[in-house]
Amino acid sequence: MTLRIEIEDLAKHFGEIKAVDGVSFSVKKGEVLGFLGPNGAGKSTTMKMITGFLAPTRGTVRVCGHDVITDPIAVKASLGYLPEGAPAYADMTPDGFLRFIADIRGLTGTEKKRAVDSAAERARITHVMFQPIETLSKGYKRRVGLAQAILHNPPVLILDEPTDGLDPNQKHEVRTLINEMAADKAIIISTHILEEVHALCTRNVLIANGKIKFDGTPHELESMSRYHNAVVVAVVDIEEATFTSFLNSLEFVAEVETLDTQRGVRVYPKEGKQITAELSQSLRDKEWQIDSLYAEHGRLDEVFRTITMGDA
Amino acid sequence: MNLKNIWFIMKREIGGYFATPVAYVFIIIFLLLTGFSTFFMGNFFERGEADLYPFFSIHPWLYVLLIPAISMRLWSEERKNGSIELLMTLPVSVIDAVLGKFLAAWAFTGLALFLNFPLWITVNYLGSPDNGVIFAGFIGSFLMAGGFLAIGACISAFTKNQVIAFVLSLIVSLIFVLSGYGIVLDFFSSWAPATLVEAISSFSFLTHFDAISKGVIDMRDMLYFASVILVWLFANAIVINARKAD
Repeated sequence: MTLRIEIEDLAKHFGEIKAVDGVSFSVKKGEVLGFLGPNGAGKSTTMKMITGFLAPTRGTVRVCGHDVITDPIAVKASLGYLPEGAPAYADMTPDGFLRFIADIRGLTGTEKKRAVDSAAERARITHVMFQPIETLSKGYKRRVGLAQAILHNPPVLILDEPTDGLDPNQKHEVRTLINEMAADKAIIISTHILEEVHALCTRNVLIANGKIKFDGTPHELESMSRYHNAVVVAVVDIEEATFTSFLNSLEFVAEVETLDTQRGVRVYPKEGKQITAELSQSLRDKEWQIDSLYAEHGRLDEVFRTITMGDA
Repeated sequence: MNLKNIWFIMKREIGGYFATPVAYVFIIIFLLLTGFSTFFMGNFFERGEADLYPFFSIHPWLYVLLIPAISMRLWSEERKNGSIELLMTLPVSVIDAVLGKFLAAWAFTGLALFLNFPLWITVNYLGSPDNGVIFAGFIGSFLMAGGFLAIGACISAFTKNQVIAFVLSLIVSLIFVLSGYGIVLDFFSSWAPATLVEAISSFSFLTHFDAISKGVIDMRDMLYFASVILVWLFANAIVINARKAD
């Protein structure tokens, strides 16, 4: 069975407020699903329902084939969960805390010791194992939460903003850790840090106002940007007006935009096609000297804004 | 119910008491208050009798004040720092969590109660008390403490504010004690039918504890405390189940 998480028409209403409103998707083994959306879009609420913390208003959640409503304990046993803000028992040490989690997860003896050691090592908290959690920095608290989630090597990981509040080095470490585990797990991470879309995810689900607005690969998400395959080009010693009118005359160019903050102009292709080769060829035919030329992939922040603000 | 999980949760919870000064402060205050009230308010020496009646008779009142201080953190603290989300997404049932936490608090109270054993040594040194009666007193007091704890645990499940949990538990506990107190019953008996007065009094911890502390171990009194504990813990589980995320 490769489908590890199956969600169908999931909804959670708080009175009049539809926090999550008919969300369906599934996650396979080996997939890292980036759950994107603005604050309050319903990301955490969805995760709380997958992990059995919140009861859905309607819809079903199955984790490794177990239904969260009829068999919550089996669902909880097969997943590791890092709740938002990485709550832990503040007066315990990471060592005591992880041992407690290992006990509850049914690990004993050498198996338990190995699980605690390995989780601590992978989350890089071995040197703070005997300090009370309340004295640790935000970054370490988050890593303790991560160690707790991966302790029993679960087939499914649900991580709610795993890199929130970490410095760039720590973020990198956490991403490396998630990438290392990705192959044999199904992982959902929620984030509003768009650079993680490329650093981590094989697939993205973008939600806003409790509804799914996009479900596809990071590349597909980027290609929705109007900057997708746009080319920024500058040439030496040619008057801008001449340059612009020439570019506009090319059949594959949709629009030319002059840039205020950098040299050159941005050329938008027709129908989002790749035009780098044709464009540079046309310039060479003209025997103009190219100063710089590069294609843009698309801007996730712009796509994010367009999709989430679109019909808000 | 999973006994192992109950044990793990109980163990963690007790560890939590001793990780901070809370446990030590509580035990010291409890011992000071029992000692003080036995010797000074209870006229321990003046009575000239070798028993611990003055010691036990003060317990309901001490518990009204002190037990909410233990029970207030049981669930409020989990709510406050969000660890309830962690606990409730681990593969444990709500019942296991409720029982584990309650048993931890109860065992801790039992320890505080047990640490009063010097009093028992004292009466045995001074005279020859009926140790069966004293033993019954300890059992009764322990059961009653369980009742107060179950009330407090259930109330703390409602709020993430420990102060609110403390005050509400204190009030509810007080009602459960006062309903058997002479003055209150006199007030009712002046106008209410006798059966009602009896019903009110039969709901009181005082009525049931008094008999046990005098050495009369009646099955009905034991059952009373057992059912109080079970009913409140059941309510506790329902509250947690229904409003985990609030």
